[in-house]
Amino acid sequence: MSSSLLTPDTGLLFWMLISFGAVLFILSKFGFPIITKALDKRKKYIDESILAAEMAYKKLEEVKTDSEKIIASAKDEHAHIIKTATQRRDIILEKAKEEAAKEAKHIVEVARKQINQEKEAALSDMRREIALLSVDIAEKVLRKNLKEKDEQMDMISRLVDEINLS
Amino acid sequence: MLKRTNNIILLFTLSLLLSFINVSAQDASTLAVAETNTEETTDINVKEMIMSHIGDSYEWHFMKWKDKDISIPLPIILHSKESGWNIFLSSELHNPNSKYNQFYIAQEGKHAGKIVEKDSSGAEIAPFDISLTKNATSLVLTSILLIVIVMSVAQFYKRRDSMSTSKGLVGLIEIVVTFIVDEVAKPSIGKEYQRFTPFLLTIFFFILLNNLMGLIPIFPGGANVTGNIAVTLVLALTTFLVVNLTGSKAYYKDIFWPDVPTWLKAPAPIMPLIEIIGTITKPFALMIRLFANITAGHSIVLGLTSVIFVTAKLGAATNGAMTMVAILFGIFIGLLEILVAFIQAYIFTLLSAVFIGLARTPEGETKESVQTIE
Repeated sequence: MSSSLLTPDTGLLFWMLISFGAVLFILSKFGFPIITKALDKRKKYIDESILAAEMAYKKLEEVKTDSEKIIASAKDEHAHIIKTATQRRDIILEKAKEEAAKEAKHIVEVARKQINQEKEAALSDMRREIALLSVDIAEKVLRKNLKEKDEQMDMISRLVDEINLS
Repeated sequence: MLKRTNNIILLFTLSLLLSFINVSAQDASTLAVAETNTEETTDINVKEMIMSHIGDSYEWHFMKWKDKDISIPLPIILHSKESGWNIFLSSELHNPNSKYNQFYIAQEGKHAGKIVEKDSSGAEIAPFDISLTKNATSLVLTSILLIVIVMSVAQFYKRRDSMSTSKGLVGLIEIVVTFIVDEVAKPSIGKEYQRFTPFLLTIFFFILLNNLMGLIPIFPGGANVTGNIAVTLVLALTTFLVVNLTGSKAYYKDIFWPDVPTWLKAPAPIMPLIEIIGTITKPFALMIRLFANITAGHSIVLGLTSVIFVTAKLGAATNGAMTMVAILFGIFIGLLEILVAFIQAYIFTLLSAVFIGLARTPEGETKESVQTIE
């Protein structure tokens, strides 16, 4: 077949039309659309996955900062609580000290008063006792001195004198 | 994935090396025949050998072994006005002088190399010939192979969850598909490119596979399919139809009523004529480009191999040196041809996409702005 290379041969033209037509029909109908669709689908899936991952990462960052914030505020709270606690403790301590001092003072005063009272009582007891004793003593002395009759009379007269005088 | 592509490249390199052995054997046989047939002329008809290889033939010839041709007989399908349909094997017409019924292969004249018959007046006429020639057989086999490959890949996506990763053949096809869609269809056509991706992918894979099969020297390959004008004609015609059947209003206005002074288009349609010719030259260039590139590639490989046999009578030293040169250059050209196989398929697809894109320019846009892509 050495006819001119540039003259299309009818037989080959016929087979080319048939085979290329069949290939074009089958592949562009059942072959390539499936492939390109699947590739598109996967591309979309990958894009979506990347986006989702990015979102998740962003959310994670947010959560991280949030938790950091929470921790910071907790720390602040903690410090604050401790501070107020110490303050309150100091106040209470101060108050307690004051109260204790007051109480002590009061107790001491009461004790002193009581001591004084008791002292007074003891003194008056002593006085009474001493008076009784002195009366007793005087009685005894008198009794001894008025054993004689004249002496008794002397005494009476003296006493009467004295009363009269007064 | 990478490993698989490496394997494929290796396979092609190997087959190319094989091609040398094979082509050499074939040439040796052809040349041996030439010598026995024409004892007095030691001239070797390289041109005829190359032309017969890049042309078509009724049988699939492998080699000559001890004066016997080893070839696959192919079916010959003829429709003659006188005897109607005739179907027989090419082995019937193996010898140049043999005849089957009234049919024989013309040795010279207008129909040289074709099957002819003699009509009542004794003149040679060619019957309607749709024989499965070497090129046609290769074409049909490659088409079946292409359908099998792509459908198996499509089945993979149908069956499996598309989110799973692909490897092997599926991965290879996937890379090419993504490349054609993202780098060729999308930028050249613009929006609505999805409508054309199946067509673009089909022509790309069709040309690529036929180119590559042409580089494999043994049986299912080796035919010069994409280097045949009939094949590229149909491919270019398809592009022409797709471009012109999907053209926008602005595209047709640009052809029949372009923005030029009225005298250029009014009584005598000078510009419209030029534009119409333009629509035809575009696919015509596609047709010639693919045909010429592939034919040239085949011719160079054959020519380089012929160097070995042409220099055979110049002595052992010269012949040895030239053999080395021929083999080294042949390997280089063979590798180049693999590149060309990809590039030509790519260019055909890219230009088809660009032409489709040009035909779809919306109203108000000048097509010059898009034409710069070309």
